[in-house]
Amino acid sequence: MEAVILLQWTFDTFLGLGLLWLAWRALACPDLFRAIVLFVAFGLLLAMAWVSLDAPDVALAEAAIGAGLTGALLLAALARLRSSETNVEVAGQPEKKGLKVRNPQWLPVVVLLPVAAGLGYVVLSLPPDAVGLSAQVAANLETGGVSNPVTAVLLNFRGYDTLLEMVVLLLALLGVWSLGGAALRREDAPGLVLDTLSRLLAPVLILVAGYLLWVGAHAPGGAFQAGSVLGAAGVLLLLAGWRLHAGLAALPLRLALVAGSGIFLAMAVFTLLMEGQLLKYPPAQAGILILVLETAATVSIGVTLAALFLGGRPPNKQDHR
Amino acid sequence: MQILYLVLALFLLLNLGAGMWRVLRGPTAADRMLATQLFGTTAVAVLLLLAQAYGNPPLRDVALVFALLAAVTAVAFVRRAWPDQETGHDSE
Amino acid sequence: MILSDYLSAALLIAGAVFFLAGTLGLLRFPDVYTRLHALTKADNVGLGLMVVGLAVQAESWAAAGKLLLIWLLILLAGASVAHLVAGGALQRGILPWKR
Repeated sequence: MEAVILLQWTFDTFLGLGLLWLAWRALACPDLFRAIVLFVAFGLLLAMAWVSLDAPDVALAEAAIGAGLTGALLLAALARLRSSETNVEVAGQPEKKGLKVRNPQWLPVVVLLPVAAGLGYVVLSLPPDAVGLSAQVAANLETGGVSNPVTAVLLNFRGYDTLLEMVVLLLALLGVWSLGGAALRREDAPGLVLDTLSRLLAPVLILVAGYLLWVGAHAPGGAFQAGSVLGAAGVLLLLAGWRLHAGLAALPLRLALVAGSGIFLAMAVFTLLMEGQLLKYPPAQAGILILVLETAATVSIGVTLAALFLGGRPPNKQDHR
Repeated sequence: MQILYLVLALFLLLNLGAGMWRVLRGPTAADRMLATQLFGTTAVAVLLLLAQAYGNPPLRDVALVFALLAAVTAVAFVRRAWPDQETGHDSE
Repeated sequence: MILSDYLSAALLIAGAVFFLAGTLGLLRFPDVYTRLHALTKADNVGLGLMVVGLAVQAESWAAAGKLLLIWLLILLAGASVAHLVAGGALQRGILPWKR
């Protein structure tokens, strides 16, 4: 058994050192593209670190978001940055000498120091021998409606956290949309290989999203993981040249975007009126309620992530009139 | 058998670390991207080995998600973020 | 150890050797096209051998099927990405290595 423990220690040491090194390289790298590639590699190692920490739920989320979607999102943002740089050059705006806006380098440090001090205070003020809440979760799992403790916490015991996370995601998309419409760019035809790849992979992605959603009730999985896989299907289709039909871009798209947080809010109000407490489900119906919430959340997360990748409000019918 | 799984997982992790050299070295953007592709495949193998070593089948789902999304980043690179002019020269 | 253990161990070790070959190729080959070979051939064979080696030990047919699905997905991703990257590199005028 000692050999096993020694091996685990060696594995974890290399993993931890690799993570720190990658994080440093990604931050110190002046070239944005290299930094993105390093960040993708960082995401891969981080997912393995979560596995090593025996947290497969988080590993699954990190695999789907960190290693898969963030890379694509960052690369799309980089392409957008590059094209806006060249546009400025073409427009020929003369650079005003002496009026160059310079970001003082000490400014972020001043902003971040209080945050670091506050975090340090919180960490130091934690009770030294904290027991956590896993005993309470285990005791109440029978009334939770699902047998996976992580899903029970996310969707039932601390459902309002998840509700607020859904809203945060929606706000991020609103921020992107307020920056302007989707870039109109001419794209090459996807070609036979990419076309075939998207036709083969997209259905499997959607199927696996459904599997992760379903399996989340009793094993690692759930709405965020399923939503990210669904979002990846959207990203892949967008990359292969698929565009949302203009008739669906107005109301149906917005309904899909708000379905998760909307149904969540409706459920919160309903339980507040019926049970007298926010998001407190009757134990008998908890399982089915969680499934409904998770399904809506999965669809919304997937559509939101794909819309984020598009990088702007898609053109709809009203725009053409 | 558990020891063999863990030794191989460690071996693959070290392989992955060696591949980092190519990410840093380049010289072209494609080389860096390709190296992360290697990482994806290696990570899948490591996760499958760990799933077997710890007797924890849900870890296979993590590997499944990795395998599913292996292509997405690279396709995004080829379709969007690959500059028309390569700055690095591709002969050593 | 029973017979299936030996079989599984042999397959896993063979897979690791292919992974090592892939990494060596990534580090040593002279240009992006040759490195594509190292990645998408050696690594996919390595993963395939490992998948078979683990499938021998799998607790059910469904688990073995999932392992096989993972391998097929990696094969699909590897082949497509190799083609796209090679095509893109040629388009951008990266010359293949000549001795």
